[in-house]
Amino acid sequence: MNKQADPFLVAESNKSAGPIAWAEVGRSHPHESAILHVLGEATYTDDLPELHGTLHAALGLSQKAHARIVSINFDAVKAAPGVISIYTASDFPGTNDCGPIIHDDPILADGIVEYVGQPIFIVVAESHDLARRAVRKVEIVYEELPAILTPVEARAAQSFVLPPMSLKRGDAQQALQNAPHRVTGKLHVGGQEQFYLEGQISYAIPTESKGIHVYCSTQHPSEMQHVIAHALDIHSHNVQVECRRMGGGFGGKESQSALWAAAASLAATNLRRPVKLRADRDDDMMVTGKRHEFYYEYEVGYDDQGLILGAKVEMVSRAGFSADLSGPVATRAVCHFDNAYYLSDVDIKAMCGKTNTQSNTAFRGFGGPQGAIAIEYIVDEIARNLGKDALDVRKLNFYGRNDTEGRNITQYGQKVADNVIHELAAELEQSSDYRKRRAEITAFNAVSPVLKKGLAFTPHKFGIAFNVTHLNQAGALVHVYVDGSVLVNHGGTEMGQGINTKVAQVVAHELGVSLGTVRVTATDTSKIANTSATAASTGADLNGKAAQDAARQVRERLAEFAAKTYGGIAADVQFYAQQVQVNGQSIPFADLVGKAYLARVQLWSDGFYATPHLHWDSKTMTGSPFSYYAYGAAVSEVIVDTLTGEWRLLRADALYDAGNSLNPAIDIGQVEGAFIQGMGWLTTEELWWNKAGKLMTHAPSTYKIPAISDCPEDFRVKLFKNRNVADSIHRSKAVGEPPLLLPFSVFFAIRDAIASVADYKKNPPLQAPATGEAILKAVEAISAG
Amino acid sequence: MSEPIRFYYRGSTHSVDRSATTQTVLQHLREDLHCTGTKEGCAEGDCGACTVVIGELQNGQVSLKSVNSCIQMLPTLDGKALFTVEDLKNEDSLHPVQQAMVECHGSQCGFCTPGFVMSLWDLYLKNEDSAEKPQRKQIDDALSGNLCRCTGYRPIIDAAQRMCELPRQKFDRAALAGALQSLQRQESFSYSHNGQSFHAPRTLAELLALKAEKPGACILAGSTDVGLWVTKQMRDLGDIIYLGQVAELKQTKLKDGMLEIGASVSLNDAYQAICEHYPEQLTELWKRFASLPIRNAGTLGGNVANGSPIGDSAPWLIALGAEVVLNGGRGRLVMPLEKLYLAYQKKDMQADEIVEAVRVPLPAKNQIFRTYKLAKRFDQDISAVCAAFSATLNDGKVSNVRIAYGGMAATSKRAGQAEAALEGQPWDKARLEAAVAALAQDYAPLSDMRASSEYRMKTAQNLLRRFWLETRADAPLAAAAVNAFASATPAAVQA
Repeated sequence: MNKQADPFLVAESNKSAGPIAWAEVGRSHPHESAILHVLGEATYTDDLPELHGTLHAALGLSQKAHARIVSINFDAVKAAPGVISIYTASDFPGTNDCGPIIHDDPILADGIVEYVGQPIFIVVAESHDLARRAVRKVEIVYEELPAILTPVEARAAQSFVLPPMSLKRGDAQQALQNAPHRVTGKLHVGGQEQFYLEGQISYAIPTESKGIHVYCSTQHPSEMQHVIAHALDIHSHNVQVECRRMGGGFGGKESQSALWAAAASLAATNLRRPVKLRADRDDDMMVTGKRHEFYYEYEVGYDDQGLILGAKVEMVSRAGFSADLSGPVATRAVCHFDNAYYLSDVDIKAMCGKTNTQSNTAFRGFGGPQGAIAIEYIVDEIARNLGKDALDVRKLNFYGRNDTEGRNITQYGQKVADNVIHELAAELEQSSDYRKRRAEITAFNAVSPVLKKGLAFTPHKFGIAFNVTHLNQAGALVHVYVDGSVLVNHGGTEMGQGINTKVAQVVAHELGVSLGTVRVTATDTSKIANTSATAASTGADLNGKAAQDAARQVRERLAEFAAKTYGGIAADVQFYAQQVQVNGQSIPFADLVGKAYLARVQLWSDGFYATPHLHWDSKTMTGSPFSYYAYGAAVSEVIVDTLTGEWRLLRADALYDAGNSLNPAIDIGQVEGAFIQGMGWLTTEELWWNKAGKLMTHAPSTYKIPAISDCPEDFRVKLFKNRNVADSIHRSKAVGEPPLLLPFSVFFAIRDAIASVADYKKNPPLQAPATGEAILKAVEAISAG
Repeated sequence: MSEPIRFYYRGSTHSVDRSATTQTVLQHLREDLHCTGTKEGCAEGDCGACTVVIGELQNGQVSLKSVNSCIQMLPTLDGKALFTVEDLKNEDSLHPVQQAMVECHGSQCGFCTPGFVMSLWDLYLKNEDSAEKPQRKQIDDALSGNLCRCTGYRPIIDAAQRMCELPRQKFDRAALAGALQSLQRQESFSYSHNGQSFHAPRTLAELLALKAEKPGACILAGSTDVGLWVTKQMRDLGDIIYLGQVAELKQTKLKDGMLEIGASVSLNDAYQAICEHYPEQLTELWKRFASLPIRNAGTLGGNVANGSPIGDSAPWLIALGAEVVLNGGRGRLVMPLEKLYLAYQKKDMQADEIVEAVRVPLPAKNQIFRTYKLAKRFDQDISAVCAAFSATLNDGKVSNVRIAYGGMAATSKRAGQAEAALEGQPWDKARLEAAVAALAQDYAPLSDMRASSEYRMKTAQNLLRRFWLETRADAPLAAAAVNAFASATPAAVQA
């Protein structure tokens, strides 16, 4: 066994100058494409050289929220310059459906439209511009039907895309009755547009024997493959889907890239010409689903110290017109209602409201943030009701450290075996100077008539793995070429999160070669079959392990060959720094590879990984769905203008548990990016539909994601020193989604600032997103009387 | 007669004669030249993925500015230079801007990166002769038009400083000046394609003659609004008359105690000139007005001529008593700006007229003046409400009271009732509250995606209160005590 396979040697070896000090994991390598990015040479789907004869498609969208299509007149579309053809739902030889789980999601509306923006037809024309101009010329007669536009309306109408779910433990009703204090309330938390900078795009090229090769900006090439195969009624082996990189995904290209991929493939197959479908930004935002908006009603009992004794919550999400991933999102919300807190007696109900709006989907956190923010809101209220610092109430409710302490079984039955929240919170409390700043802020607010400061500390615990067990698998291929260069392919997709960098680091480390020797290629369904979406923060965990498995096999063959050739035993052969140490000799890696090839040693291998010890019963909503938990906490300080609701983030401190980080620079980048993105969700990013159900915030002119001035001048992000208790890749922890919960601290700091207006005696009814308008409304609500 | 569009690109003169008059620079780069480093993120000038740098001669000097290529029309490049992300690399080495972005981990998905690199390059060029690293405020302003959804910006801010620590790379302005000189035309430029024409007159007289001849022609200046008519509304613009080469319209001068700003002076240059006279009152609005690339391209004349109810210049211009100079069939007319706006998208302007200039009064003795903008986001956002207040404060009484709001009515409009409540009255709390109450008679704002009517009214009133707090005779508060954006660290308020 090669010593580098031991995950602990790397971190602990830095003090020694010996061979094991060499490592390609754990180092802050730049993103593998960083140089290409800055040169403008990184190729995205729209940048690929177009084949001769390429045509361009655009989608014709519904103008009604809910209506029967009485008639469609395409005459003017057909007559428009450059138009080649038009396709509608009936043109699919297979199934007109792109629903990832429930098959209720037409690619093109068929007879009925269910939201403003729903695609009805495809126009193919000589250019992108001509296609976009042509779709506008259609004349559609609609017969309007009643529309449900909000989750609250959906609940009232019992209009759901899936049956409601329920998770109970203990006797919440009894616990509430026995509790000395109770808090009840309602909370609205808005949705969020992914706003990947590169919009949805697919470029479909017909190949021989009814085949199709699709370049698609997607987090889920295998699902694109399956949807296209079903829609065209061909076998999966006829469909090849490829993605080198995305210009951002954030969940929005998990299931929702399918519509674009299937539409482009239909046109390309029919015309036997390459067809590109690139969404204009407005079309993208009108068509695709977003983060689920949630509405909550809660009732929680607690004691004099603020310890939660029982909790009842009902949550209803805005699922949109179809199920998409709303079920799993709601499941994750239910499984994260505890956040970092032990809840002995709970009664959680979750509903996926069917609304005549875009079908909501995955977005970084996937329901986790929506579950956790509700309990944070409640804890915040408990603290204010008791006149305590919210941090103290939060600490009091933390999960127990171990079995002896107890209080360490989640509401869904999984034991929290890796709890570091106590230590992590203590470290951040100190490094952020929380108590001192709290006193300073109180003093400032006492003398500042208009501007008020606020401070909040919020923790998080986030479960890592797909809730659905079978998705927790991955494959990889590692090829070592005769010149010693290495090519890696795996099932994960690169959307900026650095998965290819991390996987390359793992492979380089495993083979003892420098990172520059390893190249990671485009994700391709013809290389790795049946991949899972790059989602649930599991990309590096799963694919890193699979690639390590493949590399290990090649290395073991090389070690065996080396021992045979140079003497000694295979187990003692070491690979590091481009050299192979065998029987007292040092052989350049490339030389050994060259010799091994001549000796007919297999220099490539596949690898596979399935996360162990997971199980989940979706009926009872119990089991052990997560491989481990990732922890973190943040402290934010804001200043709020009580005349206008404007605010600014003055300082943010965050501490995140990335375990034994594979690449600290990339992980810090993920934490900071998630922080600002989550802050946008809870503050400036507002989705606003008009009374007719049309989304009016459908471009960056009206939908405001954080810009550069929103990044606080004082931003201190650190990784918590830890190593994963679970046997994850080099004992690292996932980093994609959990830090999205860190900016809860921004929201609650704003709420804290508002509360100062009523001397911290009342709970500001602040809703998310905390726009200036929402803030001013909360200020007025507690100022009155 | 149509001549090819000629501009400096990749070290030589590039000629185009087969593009639509409204083809965007970005479309030309990506679709015709297959030069795909520059990206489309929104096609409306709001995300910055398409940022390029345009070079032109201004009074014989090379001027380089970042703009959004997604809304700039190709014929406007005639006589200028176009630089894209592909221009930065020197042989095999990265430009310091690029090197710093790599070192600081400034890219994740990388799609916005070329745009950031170009905005950073613009900042780098501005700091070429400075030994100092740019400060945070300067970095924010330079990158205010670039959205990044991955990084949270911190590493990019680091890169903006790091780039100035790396060995400097000098840009050869003299060589570019020579190249641009050779592209300058003696005659006005006209280009046509498929029966649609683009004219770039060089003098005001030529411009007026053209407009008289083609009253239906679309007047184009910075393209920050008209560009979207093409990319988003898919409108055919017909004949286009471009103001960007008219010498008289590019000037800013002091005349009759007023600052006269030509119609094709960029928003950034216009605000810079005005802020020399009103540094404390207008600098924040200057920076918030729009992103730098939009301010580099857009014009004050265009903002005024557009007449949008949510344009951010009109309220303060009206409050200051600014004038607009129209020219055309009715001759040269100077009118108070507030008279220009008749109703929603209706102006007292004839089809054959153009806005020639805007005239801004200079500060008067004992004048109190403030303007405030409210939007969901600090950078590059459209106002929910924009307010401007001006008055003369003598012996505790206010006179010449002029209050104007944007976002509160179908046009930017004065608050007659509130003004009347204050005119000649003591500048005290009671009178303030009377004026605040009167605002409810002056306006009945709409609800939309930016704000509800209630919020608009409430904040319109509260901004008047803010104005009073800042300017009251008795213990006025510092801006930093009443405005979260006024200063990074507001000093503790004196009890």
